[in-house]
Amino acid sequence: MTTQVHRHLDEELDLLRDTVLRLGGEAEAALRHAMHALVDRDVAVAREVLEHDDAVDALEVEVDRQCIDIFVLRQPAARDLRFVMSVAKTAPLLERIADHACNIARSAIDLAQEPELKDHIRIGEMGEIASSMLAAALDAFTKSDANAAREIIKRDAEINDLYNDIFSELIGMMVTEPATATRDARLLLVAKHLERIGDYVTDISELTVYMAEAAIIKHQRGNV
Amino acid sequence: MSTPTAKMTPKFDIRNNSVSERRPAKISVNDLNFYYGRNQALHDISLELPERMVTAFIGPSGCGKTTFLRTLNRMNDVIPGTRVDGEVLIDGENIYASGADVVDLRRKVGMVFQKSNPFPKSIFDNVAYGLRINGLTRNRAGLAERVEEALTNAALWSEVKDRLNSSALGLSGGQQQRLCIARALAIRPEVILMDEPASALDPIATSKIEELIFDLKKQYTIAIVTHNMQQAARVSDFTAFFLLGKLIEVNTTETMFTAPEQKLTEDYITGRFG
Amino acid sequence: MMTSLTALCTVVAVGVLAIILLYIAQRGISSLNFHFLIETPKPVGEGGGIGNAIVGSALLLALSCVVGIPVGIATGVYLSEVGRGWFASTVRFFVDTLTGIPSIVTGVFVYAVLVLRMKHFSAYAGGAALALIMIPIVARTTEEMIKLVPHSLREGALALGAPQWRVTVGIVLPAAAAGIATGAMLAIARVSGETAPLLFTAFGSRFFPSRLDEPIASLTVQIYNYAISPYDEWHAQAWAATLVLMTLILSINVTVRFFTRKKF
Repeated sequence: MTTQVHRHLDEELDLLRDTVLRLGGEAEAALRHAMHALVDRDVAVAREVLEHDDAVDALEVEVDRQCIDIFVLRQPAARDLRFVMSVAKTAPLLERIADHACNIARSAIDLAQEPELKDHIRIGEMGEIASSMLAAALDAFTKSDANAAREIIKRDAEINDLYNDIFSELIGMMVTEPATATRDARLLLVAKHLERIGDYVTDISELTVYMAEAAIIKHQRGNV
Repeated sequence: MSTPTAKMTPKFDIRNNSVSERRPAKISVNDLNFYYGRNQALHDISLELPERMVTAFIGPSGCGKTTFLRTLNRMNDVIPGTRVDGEVLIDGENIYASGADVVDLRRKVGMVFQKSNPFPKSIFDNVAYGLRINGLTRNRAGLAERVEEALTNAALWSEVKDRLNSSALGLSGGQQQRLCIARALAIRPEVILMDEPASALDPIATSKIEELIFDLKKQYTIAIVTHNMQQAARVSDFTAFFLLGKLIEVNTTETMFTAPEQKLTEDYITGRFG
Repeated sequence: MMTSLTALCTVVAVGVLAIILLYIAQRGISSLNFHFLIETPKPVGEGGGIGNAIVGSALLLALSCVVGIPVGIATGVYLSEVGRGWFASTVRFFVDTLTGIPSIVTGVFVYAVLVLRMKHFSAYAGGAALALIMIPIVARTTEEMIKLVPHSLREGALALGAPQWRVTVGIVLPAAAAGIATGAMLAIARVSGETAPLLFTAFGSRFFPSRLDEPIASLTVQIYNYAISPYDEWHAQAWAATLVLMTLILSINVTVRFFTRKKF
């Protein structure tokens, strides 16, 4: 009984979705390359990540602009409103993820000068989890899949636990091997950045649940 | 096949900045069916209008929202061949019960129409009309007082107080509509029904009417038919969506416009309707 | 081409009317004087006038208005505001038919019903015949004028708790008043020119009227009587009376136009 009416709004919503997913792709790539630079001590890749950050910032501004235009010119309601609202709140989160990736890249450059630590005490593993969570969150966002989003939120516990383990280990090493304390401290910061990235991915997933189901579940960790 | 009824407890009433307790229903409609001759225009409508709140009726043209509005003060009775099945309770009494007093009903339930319809009389006589025919004042002074009160409540007093005896037809469109509101307010109804009251007005006149509704709802229960969804969003506490003579959904306005429960509602609100 | 054709037709139509008026004026003006207007008819050769005819016409008009206009308006109100269904349709049909009945038929009818029963002609019968002609005209114009009152005005009053009768009397009728008045005045103008019905009902008289149940003179009948007489003097008086009648009817029409123009 409802017939599809051709609307400018649908085109604009599609464009907005494309733009924010491009931003998401940039954040994903930045994180992956930064971790690669860290683990393989590849300074060139790290510098590329840093140089690319301007493009990422520009994309975030573009998403902002598109959202404002849709709000004022189309007065979206219901599902459309929740979508645009979620995108407007997701874009800065993605930009911050990319910023943290840049910080990791800077640390990678510094750490390349320091003596290498075998195994990197599971930081690589933490990076993997963060990357896969981000990819899954973007996928759930595209599909408006609230259930997948809830699963991702649960995985935040993994990252937090891993962070606590790495923290204890590195502090222990800083006490027992003071010569390499600088290196250990830098690694600790990298772990912190990854933990923050995990938090942002969780926020993105909460927005996905809001967009799909109009349920506001943030500030309710443990009540999902 | 029961139609949804309003969830009547807005937990946080943003507009009044206070937590509002459960408001009792001023008007309860139960299984209302309405026929124009053989044509059924309304199907099994059940709805409650909470007291001293604004309920908006939205829906595409021909969906029955105006017909439904007019059943609330039995204005459809003047159209020959109409038939009503079901009940409309105002303060618990069925206005369609046999022997119900229609004139009394219309004193309690006032109406403002889409196109303003002032009588070809003076401004004063327009507002005084309802008072005179219902014998509501004892003397000339009392009448003048009530007229002033009504015009003040309709935000028109300052604009017309020096020309109360001039013709009502000399006012602008927006002023005429506020005059019609004053005329309805003069007899101190309890409910005000508005049928697209601002659809013939420019944006400034429209926003004056909307501000007025905001003030009026402190005292009156208001039902407003509008085809302008932004207006429904601005002005109402509850919104009811009608389609093809059926009530599809009724909800708080915030919920209706952010997360409606029915797909049909969402399609209409987001403009995806054919 | 179109313009000149329509202009030509207009000239013809207006021209004919002008010719009639001028001809009557020319033939009648010579006999027209003050005495003519106030005296009763006298035998040939003694002068006389149409004073009683003027008074008679006025009385007959008044009588017919007293009955015709209220009944006509009431019928019009019924047809437009109250009547529903087959009964109203029947009434409307009859009213429409009545407007088309030749006035002489009305006269004969009143003759049979009133004059024969009363056993003499009278002003009452004349007034009745004229009223019967007037009623359908007034009823139809009233109905049309009331229908022109916007429905929104009625709804506005009803929504304030006015009962239907109050809406009709207090809102609808005042709003339609100008139109109804026009209709009434046009009906008056129409019946003031009737002759045939009066022949069978009022009959005519040579005296000023003193009672309403006696035959009474009227301008139209007087003109008729003079015109078919064999006397030139009476013919001249007929022309003068015609001039007076035309003047009166024209005045009524002009007055109607004047008052309707004011409304805009």
